Amino acid sequence: MLAFLLRRLASLIVTVWLATIVVFTVLQLVPGDPALLMLGVNAQPDTLAALRSQMGLDQPILTRYLDWAGGLARGDLGVSLTYARPVAELVVERLTVTLPLALLSLAISTVLALPLGLYAAARRGRGGDWAVLGFAQLGVSMPSFWIAILLILLFSLTLHWFPAGGFPGWGGGIGPALHALVLPALALAVPEAAILARVTRTAVLDTLGEDHVRTARAKGVGRTAVLLRHALPNALIPVATVLGLQISFLVAGAVVVENVFTLPGLGRLLYQAIGQRDLIVVQGVVVLLALFVVVVSALVDIACALADPRPKGVSS
Amino acid sequence: MRRQLPLSLHLGAVLTLLLVAMALLSLLWTPYPAEQVRVIARLKPPSAAHWLGTDHFGRDVLSMIMVGARNSLSVGAAAVGLGLLGGVPLGLLAAGLGRWGDEVVARLGDLVFAFPAVLTAILLTAAVGAGAINVVVALALFNAAVLARVTRGAALAAWRRPFVGAALALGRGPLSVTLVHVLPNIAGIIVVQATVLFAVAIVNEAALSYLGLGIQPPSPSWGKMLGDAQTYLFTAPLQAVFPGVAIALCVMGLTMLGDGLRDWLDPRHRSSGVM
Repeated sequence: MLAFLLRRLASLIVTVWLATIVVFTVLQLVPGDPALLMLGVNAQPDTLAALRSQMGLDQPILTRYLDWAGGLARGDLGVSLTYARPVAELVVERLTVTLPLALLSLAISTVLALPLGLYAAARRGRGGDWAVLGFAQLGVSMPSFWIAILLILLFSLTLHWFPAGGFPGWGGGIGPALHALVLPALALAVPEAAILARVTRTAVLDTLGEDHVRTARAKGVGRTAVLLRHALPNALIPVATVLGLQISFLVAGAVVVENVFTLPGLGRLLYQAIGQRDLIVVQGVVVLLALFVVVVSALVDIACALADPRPKGVSS
Repeated sequence: MRRQLPLSLHLGAVLTLLLVAMALLSLLWTPYPAEQVRVIARLKPPSAAHWLGTDHFGRDVLSMIMVGARNSLSVGAAAVGLGLLGGVPLGLLAAGLGRWGDEVVARLGDLVFAFPAVLTAILLTAAVGAGAINVVVALALFNAAVLARVTRGAALAAWRRPFVGAALALGRGPLSVTLVHVLPNIAGIIVVQATVLFAVAIVNEAALSYLGLGIQPPSPSWGKMLGDAQTYLFTAPLQAVFPGVAIALCVMGLTMLGDGLRDWLDPRHRSSGVM
């Protein structure tokens, strides 16, 4: 077990290191002078020189990488050109929108998917099963940003239950802020729930065929109790694995959905930074999101390995 | 022995073929030129003249959806094609080379998976400007990583089978064994995965074009159409429906085709409906 943990940690460190190199290198592809690209052709020569020096463009590339990576390790992501504030500060501020949005959508998708998957497994081959599978097929086929637009059409413009966009901030109380996050979270949650419901159904069906479940049934334990107490807990490992894999889709989805609802989160910050040619923000936010995906995947991997009683194989 | 084809294979194949046919037809004919602007006919609801109505520039929505199908499928095909070209040889190599090759391919995969395709495309856009090429590159990288992993797993299993051992014992070299015995045996698994990745590519292309980072106007794309429609949700709500239906049908067709193919190739999966 310790060997597995060490291996996983080593590969995590290598991936993190490579990811910083990738982000740094790709942004060196900017044709011409990045400072000129960011400030535009009408920039004053002294402003340009100041930015070049701030970005370290007068330094050799290796020094620049080491400076940047060193800053990253200390939590210093540079200063945004557009906002004239440290990128780390902007990120923390925007996380107060993105993190609750991601957590809310994870919660909604899990609350929707587990009962649906369990129900479908219990009604295997019957109407209820087909209905759940139909929902799942529809859910995976609809992109989250289209679901978002449809939700705005129905719940904001027609029924006036939820705002069509914007975020009031947490200062005005939890109620209005959560209210603004419901539709975006739902848009993100539906495709996730569709995938999770299918995985839950399959995992439960697989465990229903296992010996300990059949023994429980033979001993006279009721159908529902077997499902809840024996099949579901065992099915949670594959479900958690898929949930971990979905983190990367959740990050990508949040970038798009935040823009549908003009939510001032990390995704919106990143998107606007491209328009504003604020490469320092792009570099900082992209590397943080990539690190987030890597770390969460590793944690899920480790958690599943710890929960799974079977012998540990070689990680793929 | 002939096995009955699964229903999802039929449905998926029909849907996909219809969309491909529509995309091909758009090369020869569309009801109106897809980029023709007619401001006097802007935001019209569906009618006999414009079956799906017109957009905010008075362009015919049906024509745009037809050309959009061509654009989406082209981006998807390029992303999957390049992914196959990169990923399959890498996966075969990893399986053939043993521990070291394996480790390198696994770490490369981890690295690619750290960047969701949308993030890679954003990074590329920041560096070199917006365009469909970024989308293709970002999706192809992701696809190559997935396909390398799937190919490696399937090839490792194939290498352990008796007929491969027999071929090796008969003096065949590893390259010839890989091409003649391993690859044909795992081709089915690769095709299934490629079909699913095609569907994922369609969704990602639409999302990036919605953000204005994918296919650039005036060339129509389903994602961009939805982005434009959002501005006119009050006056022309249906414009936010049709392109979305096109995306959903396309993705549904491809995923059902993938599911059906897998069930057909591996009947053990049939009853469980695993994804």
